[in-house]
Amino acid sequence: MAKTVAATGNEAVANALRQVNPDVSAAYPITPATDIMQRFTSFVSNGKVKTEMILVESEHSAMSACIGASAAGGRVMTVTSSQGLALMWEMLFIASGLRLPIVMPVVNRALSAPLNIHCDHSDAMGARDSGWIQLWSENGQEAYDNTIQAFLIGEHMDIRLPVMVCMDGFIISHSIERIEYLEDNEVKNFIGEFRQLNPLLDIEHPVSYGPLILPDYYMEFRKAQDEVESKVFRVVLDAAKDFEKISGRKYGLFETYRLDDAEIGLVILNSAAGTSKDVIDEFRNRGIKAGLLKPRLYRPFPYKETGEALKHLKAVCVLDRADAFGGSYGPLFIDISTSLYTYSKKPILINKIYGLGGRDYLPEHAELVLNELTEIAKTEKVKTIKEYIGVRG
Amino acid sequence: MARPLSLKEISKKEVLISSGHRMCAGCGAPTVIKMVLLASDYPIIAATATGCLEVSTCISDYTAWKIPWIHSAFENAAATISGVETMYRSLKKQGVISKEIKFVAFGGDGGTYDIGLQSLSGAVERGHDMLYICYDNQAYMNTGIQRSSATPRGADTTTMPAGSVVPGKTEPRKNLTRIMAAHDLPYAAQASPSHWMDLMKKVRKAFDIKGPKFMNILSPCNRGWRSRTDEAIMLSRLAVETCHWPLYEVEYGVTKITFKPKEKKPIVDFLKPQGRFKHLFKPENEWMIKKLQEDIDREWERLQKEASLSAP
Repeated sequence: MAKTVAATGNEAVANALRQVNPDVSAAYPITPATDIMQRFTSFVSNGKVKTEMILVESEHSAMSACIGASAAGGRVMTVTSSQGLALMWEMLFIASGLRLPIVMPVVNRALSAPLNIHCDHSDAMGARDSGWIQLWSENGQEAYDNTIQAFLIGEHMDIRLPVMVCMDGFIISHSIERIEYLEDNEVKNFIGEFRQLNPLLDIEHPVSYGPLILPDYYMEFRKAQDEVESKVFRVVLDAAKDFEKISGRKYGLFETYRLDDAEIGLVILNSAAGTSKDVIDEFRNRGIKAGLLKPRLYRPFPYKETGEALKHLKAVCVLDRADAFGGSYGPLFIDISTSLYTYSKKPILINKIYGLGGRDYLPEHAELVLNELTEIAKTEKVKTIKEYIGVRG
Repeated sequence: MARPLSLKEISKKEVLISSGHRMCAGCGAPTVIKMVLLASDYPIIAATATGCLEVSTCISDYTAWKIPWIHSAFENAAATISGVETMYRSLKKQGVISKEIKFVAFGGDGGTYDIGLQSLSGAVERGHDMLYICYDNQAYMNTGIQRSSATPRGADTTTMPAGSVVPGKTEPRKNLTRIMAAHDLPYAAQASPSHWMDLMKKVRKAFDIKGPKFMNILSPCNRGWRSRTDEAIMLSRLAVETCHWPLYEVEYGVTKITFKPKEKKPIVDFLKPQGRFKHLFKPENEWMIKKLQEDIDREWERLQKEASLSAP
C-alpha cells in the first residue's frame, strides 16, 4: 500500500535512497544537496540502512571512492550539486568509462563565478556529455520515482552505466509537496539484487580495472561505449513500464502536455514545466492551441522521438535554465534543433534563457513567450532567436 | 604479531607482479612493488595512481597484476582504495564475504606528495584499513622528469633546469613521511630497496596493523637521476648511508630509526654518480651542496632526537 506524505524533494529522495539501501555511499556536503545526505546519514546512524558511509574530504574523492566501491562489487550512490559536480567532472568520465552503475541525485544549482547557491541547470548541463544517463524531474514525486528507477536502469546488464537524477535546487529540493511513497518491499523487489560483473573483491578471479589503451584500440572502446548508449532508451522505457505496475505512475523518454494538436509549444525542463502547464491551460481556454514537451531522459537524448513529437508544430520556444557560452544557444535548444534538423517541414524555433541563479520563472514569463509564439506562428517572422527573459535591460 | 620473514619462505612465494611489464630497465619501482607483494601474508587488492607504474603495468589487453587491481586517476589512489575497502567492510558485515583481504595503494611522488596529498590525508583521517605506499623517485618521471615537491634541492629537472641563473631546484624537499606521521596514524615508515629485509619487515608489520598505514619508499629512476641502469640499488643504499633517506618508522607515535649507518657518508657520495646534480660541482654552485648537507644534518639530528625521546 502506497503512503501519501507531505515532504520536500530532498526528503523524498533521501527516503528513496533508504528504500534502495545501497551497500556504500561516499559524499561531501554542498548546498542544496547537503540535506539529502544529512537525512540519509541519520538513517545510517539509526540502523535503518546497511550502508557504509565514506565521509570524504571533497567531491573529487567522493566520486573516486564511489568508483572504487562500485568496482569492488556492490550498490553505490552519492549526491551533489553545482561546484561539487564540477569538481567531480574528471571522475564522471571514469565512472562511465569503467561502466560502473553509480546513482547520483544532482540538486541543480548555478555555477560560480559569481557565487550563487540557487537553482539553474548549468551544473548538470556541464556534465551532459560525460557518459552518464541523465533523468530530469519536475517535482519531488518525479525525483523520488526517478531515483528508484535509476538503479534498475543503470544496473541493467545491457548497459551498466552511471545515472544522474536531476531536480531543481530549493524550488523542489526544499519545497513541501504531496508525495506518494512506495512500500519498502515494493522498492526492494523492483530493483532486485545487484551483482557486479567482475568485482575486485572476487580475490580468486583477479581483474584489472582502468588500463591504458593507446591509439590501437582506444577508438574501438569509445565506439563500443557509444553503442551501449543507444540501448539506454529501451531500458528506460522498460523500467518505466515495470514502475507503472507498482506505482500507477506513467513515465516515458519525455512528457508531452496537450501537444498532439498543438500549433505552438514550449520545451522546458524540470520545475518550470509545472508553471508552464498552467499557462498553457489558460491559452487553451482562450482557444489557442498551445502545448508542451518536457524532456525526462536528457542523456542519451532521444533525438528521433523528440523530433517526431515536435515536427507538426508551427512555432516552438525552447527555454533553457543554463546558457552555453561561446556565442551559442542554450544547451536544450541545441538538442531540440538537432532533433528537428532532418525534417523538411518543421516548426520555427526560438530560444529563451530564463531563471539563472534562482531567478523566479513566473506565469507571466510563459505568457509572454506563448504570445510571441502565437505571433510567430501567424507571421512566420522571428525578431531574435535567442534572448534572456526575466532580466533587467 | 607479524610472522618473521625468511628468505627461504620468500623464495618459494609466487611473485604477484609478472615479468614482461614495460617499466624501464633499471627502474627501482618494480623491485619495490615485488618486495611489497612478497612481504604480505594476506591476499591483496591494489589501487594505483596514474604514473609510471600504472601506464607500464596494464596496457590493454595485458596486465602484469596477478591480484585484483584498479587505476582510476592521478590524484586519487587513496580515495579509490578507500572505496574498495569500504565495500569490503560492508559486504563482510552483511555476511557476503568472509575472507581476510588487505588493501594497498601505490602512488609516485607526484600522485602522493603533490596532487594526491588531499586524497591521502582524507583517507588516513577516515581510518581506512589500508596501506599507502609512495614509490618516491623524486620528480614527475612519467611525464618527463619535471620538478615535484619531492625533488631534492639542487636537482636538475625539465621544469627547473639548471641554467646560468637558476641552479636547479632551489627549494628543499617536502618531508612527507613526517607530514603523514603527524596524522597520528598507527604506522608510518620510510624504506629503501637497498635494505630489502628492513623494507619487507615494515610492509609485513604494516599489514598486521589495523587502520591506515603509510610507507615512503625511495625508488631510483635512472632516466631522471641521469645514472646507469645498474645503479638503482647502489644509489638507494647511498641515499640511506648519507642520511638523505633515513630508514625509520613511527608506530603509534613512537619513532624508531631502523638502520643507523656506522659512518654517515657525505652527501656528495650520493650526488656524484647522478647527472642531475652534475652542475652542483661547478665552483659557483658549491654553496648548494653545502646547503643540501645542512638540510640533511639538521633533519638527521632532529630525527635522532625524536627517536631518543621515544626510546623506552
